[in-house]
Amino acid sequence: MGGFQGKSDAKAQDFRGSLKRFGSRLRPERLIVVVVIVLAFASVFLAVLGPKLLGNATNIIFDGLVSSQLPAGMTQDQAVAALNATGQTDRADMVAAMTLTPGEGVDFAALARILAIVTIVYVLSSVLSWGQNYLMAGVTQRTIYRLREEVDHKLGRLPLRYFDGSSRGDVLSRVTNDIDNISMTLQQTLTQLITAVLTVVGVLAMMVWISPILAVISLLTVPLSFWVTMIIAKRSQPHFIAQWKWTGTLNGHVEETFSGHDLVKVFGHRRRSIEEFDEANELMYESSFRAQYISGIIQPALTVVANLNYVAIAVIGGMRVATGTMSLGDVQAFIQYSRQFTMPITQIAGVANILQSGIASAERVFELLDEDEETPDDADAVLLVEPTGRIRFEDVAFRYLPDAPLIEDFNLSVEPGEIVAIVGPTGAGKTTLVNLLMRFYDVDSGSILMDGQPTLRMRRDDLRRSFGMVLQDTWLFEGTIHDNIAYGAIDPTEAQIEAAARAARVDHFVRTLPDGYQTLLTEGASNISAGERQLLTIARAFLADPAVLILDEATSSVDTRTEVLIQQAMAELRHGRTSFVIAHRLSTIRNADVIVVLEQGRIVEQGTHEALMEAEGAYYRLYQSQFEEPQDPDES
Amino acid sequence: MKDLLVTYLRPHRKALGVIAVLLLIQAITNLYLPNLNADIINYGVLTGDTAYILRVGGLMLLVSILLGVASVITVYYSARTSMRFGREVRGDLFRHVEGFSLSQMHAFGVPSLITRNTNDVQQLQMLVMVGLTMMVLAPITAVGGVIMAMRENVQLSGLLIVTVPLMIAVIGIMVFKAVPLFRAMQVKIDRVNGVLRENLVGIRVIRAFVRTSHEEERFAEANADLTDTALKVTRLFALIMPTLMLIMNLTIVATIWFGGHLIAEGSMPIGNLFAFQSYIMQILFSVMMAVMTMMMVPRAAASAERIQAVLQAVPDIAEPEQALATPLPRIGRIELRGVEFRYPGAEESVLQDVSFTLEPGTTTAIVGGTGSGKSTLVNLLPRLLDVTGGAVLIDGIDVRDIPLEELWDLFGLVPQRGFLFGGTVGSNVRFGRPDATDEEVWEALTIAQAREFIDLLPEGLDAPIDQGGVNLSGGQRQRLAIARCVVREPLIYLFDDSFSALDYTTDARLRGALAQQTRERTVVIVAQRVSTIMDADRIVVLDSGRVVGIGSHDDLIETCEPYREIVASQVALGGAR
Repeated sequence: MGGFQGKSDAKAQDFRGSLKRFGSRLRPERLIVVVVIVLAFASVFLAVLGPKLLGNATNIIFDGLVSSQLPAGMTQDQAVAALNATGQTDRADMVAAMTLTPGEGVDFAALARILAIVTIVYVLSSVLSWGQNYLMAGVTQRTIYRLREEVDHKLGRLPLRYFDGSSRGDVLSRVTNDIDNISMTLQQTLTQLITAVLTVVGVLAMMVWISPILAVISLLTVPLSFWVTMIIAKRSQPHFIAQWKWTGTLNGHVEETFSGHDLVKVFGHRRRSIEEFDEANELMYESSFRAQYISGIIQPALTVVANLNYVAIAVIGGMRVATGTMSLGDVQAFIQYSRQFTMPITQIAGVANILQSGIASAERVFELLDEDEETPDDADAVLLVEPTGRIRFEDVAFRYLPDAPLIEDFNLSVEPGEIVAIVGPTGAGKTTLVNLLMRFYDVDSGSILMDGQPTLRMRRDDLRRSFGMVLQDTWLFEGTIHDNIAYGAIDPTEAQIEAAARAARVDHFVRTLPDGYQTLLTEGASNISAGERQLLTIARAFLADPAVLILDEATSSVDTRTEVLIQQAMAELRHGRTSFVIAHRLSTIRNADVIVVLEQGRIVEQGTHEALMEAEGAYYRLYQSQFEEPQDPDES
Repeated sequence: MKDLLVTYLRPHRKALGVIAVLLLIQAITNLYLPNLNADIINYGVLTGDTAYILRVGGLMLLVSILLGVASVITVYYSARTSMRFGREVRGDLFRHVEGFSLSQMHAFGVPSLITRNTNDVQQLQMLVMVGLTMMVLAPITAVGGVIMAMRENVQLSGLLIVTVPLMIAVIGIMVFKAVPLFRAMQVKIDRVNGVLRENLVGIRVIRAFVRTSHEEERFAEANADLTDTALKVTRLFALIMPTLMLIMNLTIVATIWFGGHLIAEGSMPIGNLFAFQSYIMQILFSVMMAVMTMMMVPRAAASAERIQAVLQAVPDIAEPEQALATPLPRIGRIELRGVEFRYPGAEESVLQDVSFTLEPGTTTAIVGGTGSGKSTLVNLLPRLLDVTGGAVLIDGIDVRDIPLEELWDLFGLVPQRGFLFGGTVGSNVRFGRPDATDEEVWEALTIAQAREFIDLLPEGLDAPIDQGGVNLSGGQRQRLAIARCVVREPLIYLFDDSFSALDYTTDARLRGALAQQTRERTVVIVAQRVSTIMDADRIVVLDSGRVVGIGSHDDLIETCEPYREIVASQVALGGAR
């Protein structure tokens, strides 16, 4: 419906450049593309030839019909003379223009010959057209496959900075919706465009060949059709814009009202919400009715134009046949051509629209492919064979944004087996240290040393293998529980997996499930509770058996019994390993060898519990707040 | 689908009648044109009568214009009818869902209800639009074309007996093969997107466990699988158009061959050959159109089913049949009498035999593990859910006897998720009380400890809030949600785990400030954190839907084992008390 408004919001910024780049992606397929173009040429050529040949067939019938009405034994000239003599001058002209033998009927042998040729032409044309589509399907799908693959590999090389800095929905939309859209575009535009352009050219040539005058008349309808379409489209455009706007408003309202259902009711907004809905619904109706109606006129209007053309050809053609300046078969062929003429033109217009939106999508994908990648690993990287877990931060400085200093001159030594607690209020940036340790981000200056070696000189993969991570934001993938735990190591045995699960206190729970370790987790693992999810990620870390641990404590949404299990499992996991604990509870903090206190992303204090309590600084305040009486706001 | 269409289209039957007449006119005029063209050839061209040619040509022009006018009016009526249909279904659906209880909302799922109210209606509306034009016009034209073709020449029409079924068969086979492929392709697209989504969500974990290449393999597999199926689909489609064109073209070739014989025998005038060809084209195009549009039907039928499922669900929460005899006393004493709640069809109750009274001027905390029924309990009070046994009474009146709007007027609610509406800070707070002044809004923000971060926003109260409040942190959302409740100054405050995203300091300050405002009100707090509830006048401990302890913090520490467990798990080192 009203397809021409396309995706008016999705306009390419550099259409020509992106189109070129998009085209260059077809380079590996260029041989096949050439074949496709050749096939398209051949198929269109044959298809265009068809009506003219059929016209000749009609002429044979017509000639036979006319000649059978003339007395046998006469020559054609005699027949013309006879007609002139009886005053049928028009008819005489017509007969004069034909090739016939008076008295003879339809020459069926000749007719059969022509029709046989036409049949072959049409069959060939269809076969070639099919071959062209078939090959193009391969070109499209392979190109899209490569594009998807390339994007996926690119995602693997992009730094975390990119993912943190852009919305997940946006990235996801680029790699899914946009690529789907490109695939559609590629499939629909290329062959259609070639065929449509060739058909227009071929048909036009035939029309001019048959009758220049009729061709001019038919050509006049082209700008007329365009003009009609433009005028109507222009008028419907604002209604389409309004339609999308109100659709958006309405959908937003429905989404909010349903999502905040309880609030809308309890706060007494039900009536108002319905009123607002009705208003948007009415406006959406008004605009979509107008948009659909006005754009719906285009088709009938074009039909009227086409019919005018048809009438003109029938009348003028008929008169020319009657006067012998044109054969009946040619008129028939011409009518067919003029019908074939308008269709590819509207097609080209449609393709232009699809191409616009496809190139806009391609641009968004190219943008992603052009993003800066992580600096490559050192060629002569250091490899720690058996990391002990000794870590030192030396004069580390880091900032996410160039003009917002975050960590300056940070020094910290951690011996193997020690616990570092990272504390601070919500949103204080506790994950920054994790980011630096794991080299999700690289330090701006200074260095982090592991067993005396700067981590910047190690391969990222080697470095990360020495870490185990259990985050609040548990990540489990769609698959069995078994596979999810096994993720911690490469090809672990059943026994290892179960041992890890036991250590993580989740073995019992898994065994209460009907399918045990083979239970399928859905995406986001919403079929088990938050606490159970966390236990599974702990099991994963057990299996990985790393030298250094990064732990995020349980969330508040875990029930108390599971929480006890999580704490026990984490304590066991910490045993004998260097751990960095993002702490929410005091139990861990007190045990810690070093406590790092963060405020608004910055490290404000570090030391042991006792030392920090004595200093009465940020930590002291934080500690107090957890246990103090609720106080009057006026005092604080 | 039929019921839905009949119900909602019946009021428009006049328009439908007009459309039917117009479509008939369209079909007739469309079919009349080739007939006139044949006349031009038979009686004009062959006899050299130019006056006749011009006269009939003029008639053709008039017929074309009539056809155009009829089409435009058809579009007008069909656009109007289908869009009205959409408007009405949408409106009814929305009103209907507004009457649902929370459990009904959850049974359908909020996202699903949204889709049903938007996309599904859209889908159906489009089907009505297309149905009112193409789907009706195509069969009329096809049948009319056959009749006209037979009028031109019965023998030649025999060709149609071969061609039309052949065409339908070809399209049928293609569709039959394409539908399962399409379905498979959708599954595989979802799979590729699913893997990608997982990779984006879990990027830290994947890199931490050095599994990038493993994930790339997984993706490559899904990608190859998808490409495979997509290739099959596109190749199948590569076959459709050439085949259909071939059938049409060969039919015309056959027409000329057999027609030639008929003409030579003198049993058909030559002009009819032209008309016949036009009819064949029209018939075959109609068949193609009809089949293509029919492909819309299964999808729309699925949408219709989903819409009807909603419309047929009877809302759980019904208005009382009669108004209250005396006005509500508005004291705020809530009594739960042997309350039971059970989801329909569930084996076990969520809540069972819950009885206690909430007095005005007191704060009652409800604690318990996940799944112990805390939130359900809160939702029973303002009838977001209805009890399945026992009763909830407010000031001695069963809540089910209080008119809904009056009942809700008593409450202020802060739900678990701190849901915000798209708009501004001000509009969100004023959701609690539309006529609140700026001062009142600021005061509420101050109490909710939201002032500090609102003050940092240059636009202040006019700072934009995205839908769902996604541009704020969890803690900020919760504080605004609390301000929204505070500005309402309700008789009864319900806080459903509303402090969980706040850090301890803010939590403590907020409760301190709230205590002032809620001094004479009934307050219910659901919480996980012990520090949040320690100071409540009364704590109700729930375990698997039953009350296992009621009392003050100190009492419960002494007497209630489940409560002790909860406290112990949170203050493991016993730093406090």
